[in-house]
Formats: sequence, C-alpha cells, structure tokens
Amino acid sequence: MANRNEQGVWEHVPSPFCGIGSDDLKIRVSGSRIEVLENGDAVTREAFEQPLGETRPMISGKPVSLEEAVERAAAVLAEAELPLLAGLATDVAGMRAALSLADRLGAVVDNMNSRAAMRNILVLQDSGWMTTTLAEVKNRADLLLVVGTDVESLFPRFFQRHIWVDGMFVEAADREVVYLGKAPSGYASVSPDGRKPTVLACEDRDLPAVVSMLRLLVNDRPVGVDSVGGIEIQALKELAGRLKSANYGVIAWAAGALEWEHAELTVQITCEMIKDLNQRTRCSGLPLGGREGDQTATQVCGWQTGYPVRVRFSRGIPEYDPYLNATERLLEEGEVDALLWLSAYNSSRLPPRVGVPTVVLGRGGMNFDQPPEVYIPVGVPGIDHAGHTYRTDNVVAVRLFKLRDSGLPSSAQVLEAIERAVRAKLSS
Amino acid sequence: MGSELKIINGRVYDPINDIDGEIRDVCIRDGKIVESVADDAKVIDAAGKVVMPGGVDMHCHIAGHKVNLARKFQPEDHRHDVQPRVGALRSGTGGTVPSTFTTGYRYATLGYTTAMEAAVPPMGARHTLEELHDTPVVDKGFYLLLANNVCLNQLLEQGRHAEFRDAVAWWLNKSKAYAIKLVNPGGDEPWKGRKNSNVHDLDQPISGFDLTPRKIIKALIDVSNDLGLPHPAHIHCNNLGHSGNYATTLETMKTADGRRAHITHIQFHSYGGEVGKNPTSAARQIVDYINEHPNISADVGQVMFGKATIMTADAPLTWLLRNMSKDKWINADTECESGCGIIPFSYQEHVYTHAIQWAIGLELFLLSKDPWRMVLSTDHPNGGSFENYPRLIRLLMDKPFRDEQAKRANPKAIANTSLLDIDREFTMREIVIVTRAGPARLLGLENKGHLGVGADADITIYDEMEDKEAMFNAARYVIKGGELFIDNHEFRFDHEGSVYHVSPSYNPEIERVLKPFFEDYYSVQFENYPVSDHYIARGVTVPTGQSQP
Repeated sequence: MANRNEQGVWEHVPSPFCGIGSDDLKIRVSGSRIEVLENGDAVTREAFEQPLGETRPMISGKPVSLEEAVERAAAVLAEAELPLLAGLATDVAGMRAALSLADRLGAVVDNMNSRAAMRNILVLQDSGWMTTTLAEVKNRADLLLVVGTDVESLFPRFFQRHIWVDGMFVEAADREVVYLGKAPSGYASVSPDGRKPTVLACEDRDLPAVVSMLRLLVNDRPVGVDSVGGIEIQALKELAGRLKSANYGVIAWAAGALEWEHAELTVQITCEMIKDLNQRTRCSGLPLGGREGDQTATQVCGWQTGYPVRVRFSRGIPEYDPYLNATERLLEEGEVDALLWLSAYNSSRLPPRVGVPTVVLGRGGMNFDQPPEVYIPVGVPGIDHAGHTYRTDNVVAVRLFKLRDSGLPSSAQVLEAIERAVRAKLSS
Repeated sequence: MGSELKIINGRVYDPINDIDGEIRDVCIRDGKIVESVADDAKVIDAAGKVVMPGGVDMHCHIAGHKVNLARKFQPEDHRHDVQPRVGALRSGTGGTVPSTFTTGYRYATLGYTTAMEAAVPPMGARHTLEELHDTPVVDKGFYLLLANNVCLNQLLEQGRHAEFRDAVAWWLNKSKAYAIKLVNPGGDEPWKGRKNSNVHDLDQPISGFDLTPRKIIKALIDVSNDLGLPHPAHIHCNNLGHSGNYATTLETMKTADGRRAHITHIQFHSYGGEVGKNPTSAARQIVDYINEHPNISADVGQVMFGKATIMTADAPLTWLLRNMSKDKWINADTECESGCGIIPFSYQEHVYTHAIQWAIGLELFLLSKDPWRMVLSTDHPNGGSFENYPRLIRLLMDKPFRDEQAKRANPKAIANTSLLDIDREFTMREIVIVTRAGPARLLGLENKGHLGVGADADITIYDEMEDKEAMFNAARYVIKGGELFIDNHEFRFDHEGSVYHVSPSYNPEIERVLKPFFEDYYSVQFENYPVSDHYIARGVTVPTGQSQP
C-alpha cells in the first residue's frame, strides 16, 4: 500500500483520475499543496495539483455551517416530488450512500458520463461482447487497433504502461499499432524503436461506414467500391489481414470520443467483428473509460439494483430505462423538481443549468455563474480520504489513500448526513 | 436480556448431534446456542413446526466481476421480478442474478444463512468483498481461482514445490479467501494463447508450459491438505458438459490419491457417450467411486427446468456454447489469472440434453450412499437459481411428484437413466444433511450446520407441511447470529453477516519471488495488490489446522 516517508513524499500512489489505474505515482504533500513528482501526466498532474479551493459550505453563495447546509439540502430533496441525483462522480462508499438516499427518496439516479457509457452498455445488453483487461493487453497483445479515439489525450500513459513494455508472451518490439478514424495527437503511440503507428484517418461521420467495411473484409465478403470515407479498400484489406494473423489482437475505443448520433451501432459492429475474428484467432475489445468514477458508479448501481445506470426508485423498486431516465431528458422535460449534483473529482464539471432547486456536492473550487441553493465542498477520494474506485476494465477495484488532512468530509459522509435529515423529516 | 431466546415445542432436526425429529427446546444467548436461558427470555412457540440449522450453500455465484457483469448484461432478467423496499430493507431486483440486497433477503427467506461465492480471481477479490459487504443476512466467503494462474504455473513447471506452496498461502492471505478453487485446470492458456482451444485430457501438455492439468490438480490438492485448510481443493473438472466426461472426472478423483478433494457441480461432469454426441448417464460410475472413497466429496449442481444464467470462469466452454441459445453472450479474459463467460440460458423439459442433465443430477443424489458427501447445489445460477431449492427438496422427498415431473420430460432422456427405477425418498434428516450439516462439515465450519451448545445461532423454523416445496419456500422464523431476522414471515431488521476467510502461514521470503513477477507482468504495483483489512467490516479468520494426510 502507498506509504509516506519523512519528507512528506508518498510512493505507489494510485490515481483516481486517469481511468487506467496508474498506481505508481510519487507525490509530495506540503500542507494542502500537492505535487506530482514522478509518473504524472497531463491528466493526473492537473487533477492532483489544483488548489484546495473553497472549503466552506454555502447556501445561495453565503457561507454556512455544514449542519445548516445538510439541513437545507435535505429539505430541498424531501420536499421534491421527483428528485434527480446526478453527476455521481465519487468512490464506492459515495455511490453506496447516493443509492441509499435515492432508494429512500424515490429519486432517479444517473451518472455524468452515462451519455457516453450508454454507447457501450446498449451493446453489452443487446448482443454481448468479448473483452480483455489491461494486464492481458500488456502480456499478450501483438496488435492494437484504436477505433475513433485519440487515446493519448484521454489516457496519456496507456501506451507507456501497457504497450511499450515487454509482456510475458510478446515484446514491445513485436507490437503494432493501427489507428482507424482519428489520428493520434502526439507521439505516445510511436514505439521506443521509432516505429510510427499506421493511421487510416477519416472523419467521424464516415467511421460507421469504415468499421462496417472492415467487418465485411474480415469475413472475406465481396466489396464493390474502391474506398470508403477516403480510405482505400486495399488499406482496410491489409488491416483485416493483420487482425486475422495477429495472435492476440486488441481493439480499443473510448465511448466518450465517439460523439455522433447512435455511435452505439459503431461499437456494436466493432464488437461483432471481434467475435468474427475469434473464429480463427484471438481478438478482444478494450472499452476505455473509468474517469470521474464512471465505472465505479455503474458497478455499484449494478450490484445494488441489477442495472448499470439511469435507474428510478419512484415506485419503491429500481426501474431502468436508458432513455427516459437520462439526466438531459428529465431536466429538459421538466420531469424532476430538484437536483443533487455530485462531482467529487473534478471542479470544472458543473451541474447543468436548470430552473430547479439544486444541491451541489463538489470538489472545492467550483466556479458557479449562479450559486446553487446549496453547495457543499467534499473531499476528493484518493487525496482527502481513502476509498475504492474501479478502473476502465471493470475488473480491478483500486484502493485509494488519504494523502492530506483537509478536514473536508467525504461525499459518503455528507450523503449519509442528508439521508439522516431526510428520514427525520419524512417521519415527522 | 433481548439477546436471549428460547424455541420451545418444535420438532428438532440436528444430524450432527444425532437429533432426529425430537420435540425439544433450543436456547440462544449472545448469538450462540447455549444449555439454558433465563426464565424471562423471549420465547418462540414452534409447536407444529420443524426446527433446523440455517442452510449452508457451499457453491453459488453471488458476488464479483462476472456476477455483476451478468446483472448489468440482462435487464430483462430483473424487470419481471422486483423486490420492493420494505421498512429498513433496501429495494432491489431478482431474476436469475439478483441484486446484492435481494440475494441476501431471498436466501434468508428460504432459511439459508451461509453462502459461499465459488469463483474469484485474486485480482477480483476486492470487488467481491465490496459486493459481499452489500449482501445482507448471510455469512459468506469466497474461493480463489488458482488453477490458471500464470505465476503459479511457472513455479510448478520449474518444480519449485515449496515456493509454490508458499505462493498459494500468500495469495489466500492477501485475497482474504476461504478456499482454493480450480476451474478447468490449465485450460486458460490454450484459450488465450491464440487458438481459442481447450485442454481435454489430464495428461495433455498445456501450451506454453511444461505442465499438464493433472500436475496442477495434484499440486493444489496437496497444498490444500498440507496447509490444513478447512475446506479442501474445490474442483471444477476439465471437460465440463462434454459427453463422455465422466472418465475425466474419475481421473481427477484418482489424482487425489486418497487425499481430501471436493468435486463441484458433479452433475455437469457425469456424462457418458461420445464427444459431440448426445450424453448418456454415467451417474452410477461416478457415485460408485465416491461411495468407496471417503476422501472425495461433491456438490451436485442440479439443473432445474426454467431460466438460468451460465456464468463461469471456464471461458473456452462459453465460446463453445455461445450459439446454443441463439442469444447474446460475453467472454472476458482477466488479468493473467482467469477468464469468464456469460450466457443467458433456459433448461427445457422437452430437450434431450436438458432432461438427461436433470435426471442425472437426481440420480447422483439418490444413488449416493453418503449424503454427507453428496450435497445440494444448483451451481446458482448455472443450473438454475437458488430459489429452486425448495422444489429440488421436494423432488428428493416425494417419489410420486418426482415421477410425475419425469414423465413430462423428454422420454428418451429419462429412459436412458435409472431415475424411474429408484424408489428412494429422502428423509427430513437427509435433507438437513445435504442442505446444512453436510456442507458445513465439508467447509470445516465447526460452528455451523448444527444446534449443539456453542454453535452459531443460525436457525430456521418451517411450518410442517405435506408439500415440501411449499414448506421450504418460506421459513416462518429465521434466526441469524441469535437475532430474529424473519419473525412470522416478516423481515425484522437488517443484518450484515460476516466474511469467513483463512490465513495460512507462509515463508515471507516468497515475496522476493513474487514481487519481480508483479513488476514485470501485472498492471498494479505489488504494494497495492493485497486486500487490506478495510475491505472486511465483519470478518472471521477460520484457523487452518494440522496438515491433513
């Protein structure tokens, strides 16, 4: 487990921000100031090092005690006909507390990244898939195909940690990388011996057609055109051949990067192509995500309700609907009359601007255009308090550590206090 | 004192203490069974009722990565079967893979108070413990998948037996596991290493290693016994589901060479016939062997007609079965430690294979001479949900009911078994053995499965009824850890349950061997890998005993 030496330097620190569970960071803590000394990257450094910010709870922008803020939050939620608990970027304990509160209130729960997550979940629920995890990628993958995603801007250390290292059954020098759709923004995907990735670039809008074509070619179907989305068929044929000749191909995408209508269909074609490839060799999908606790939210919601996200408790039972229970729709249609927004990792993820009373549990330093009815700064899991989070591949729960004493409560503590206050109100 | 309780006038079944349906009192204080309690203790009048220890499910899939994936994967499994919020209890959903709270409540409703999750890769231990934390009422634990662990395979192929033993003990400690689990020993490597194939013979070399399944099986059976673990190696044999696989199962049992071993869901491993053709029943051959070898125990893994979810660490099996139900399916490789597959499934009476699986399971129960070593499971949810247990109990206790059910099933399949020729009906005592006393004893849980002084006060009280399915469907009273959890069919309070795990000793020098391996091949730091005590709010470390012969 992470430990601290005399100079206030922590080693083996896991990052709750990067999604791929980097747990080798070296971090110095001086007072409330945090400095990433080693193994940081653009995502984790910025997230770890931002100043503590405002720590006082507020009602309509005016500082109050935590008790007053909790009391008001409970009143807002208890008085609502149908409250929405959204954002839900927190750790396992925070998510447990959020679901317990929602169960009691008869609220709806949804996650801030679920619009992206649904692109994968709908595929999982419709046709299933074949996937793998990060250690298998490291030890077996001889071909990585990246679909529609600039991996390094979202997961800067992915290549360093899992591709450009020697694995058990494959060496870094024997791995190949191919990009389909978006081109990489930097050099992370260039191998240490200087090999550049093959890039078959196209516009996002053409990617569904390009991926469909690749699947046809993988299955040796006849094709009547010379190019698709500006990519030569010959180049796609070669890619299909490489996928078939690889020992353990891995196809990665980040659903959050696939920003077009019904991108789930592109994910589905990719996943079906992976199944086709397994008729002759091994190939696995690697959906990338896990930032802002999104996998944590779907995991805990999954085991407590049976459904990953977008669950409504208003009839006293969990009811799932991927469309009706979406945050955006509920707010646009005016179906909910109170909002609790939870964003414990990222102070720039602000609540949607809505005309209903809003309670924000957020990382310190949130800058609101208009202060919400209640704002309670909460600690960051993995900085201000210990906790558990899930990384992108959903298998591995990462234990997070408390690195500093900020005095900030955890989201779980605040949610539990709100639930106690709600119970007192509902029973009186 | 509120913690004192006395059950009077009930018909008590407690086979471990040779009590077989006597009317007698049971006294409880501070969560334990005691000789007597004060005169003002709370009294439950169990006249006309049957009193027995709480049920112990020694093999089910209720928590962890693949279980949760199966939940999220099948919203249609939950919609028709909801668990409303009641009092202090939480809402949830059922189906073949219920949500965690619902799992705990429904086990309790049936009178079960202990359930063991049967397949967890070490990397998934934390996740499993998180879910078990949210699985109320029951005491629980999990078995650790070690038969496809690349690091252990390497130690074994190099003949480093002492280090292998220490590494296994280290892994059990660091994962907070209860027992060693083998699933399709050696089968992951041919699956992951390009050829999406499997191993089919215990002496077939495993690609990439100078190793055979037999060597892995032998080594893990030996380590379980050498470490004196309360439960021996828990083995899902190779060739699950294949016609003719009973020969592999017999070979696996022989590999134990007289030492203790547990064969799980043995019904799925008791098929005669030729590979690729319809299975026949080899229940007789399997039972004969077990009857004569007291070192071997088994749970049946009965299939029940209706919905199920195939959910297994046997990834290549899933690949093989994927198109059978023409439905969606999942395969997932897991961190050099395991793999898994999930398929929604339905066992249908008219289908030959399903009907013969059903009949073979019942043959295994009914032909076994020793119910202590052939205990009840459905491999929940693989053979069907644990909610089928009451019906399964009736099938064992009620010959006319069983024959009537058999006559509805595929006649060719039933005719290929001896089921209709078997007249045996289980007694109440035998039911208590296969659902409580037997599993508790096989698990080495000395304070469970009986009602003697000092035992945990986990007790079920059922109305005595002719229809045994109705009787076992809903306990009238369930006492967990001395507290009345279900009182006259109503849930009274929430109860967390405890996590049971082992902590065998090992030479700490083994970390010098493991650490470099982690640094080279794992995706987490060695320092961050062990499961810390934070994950277990209420834990019980079951002592490891003397090395077993």
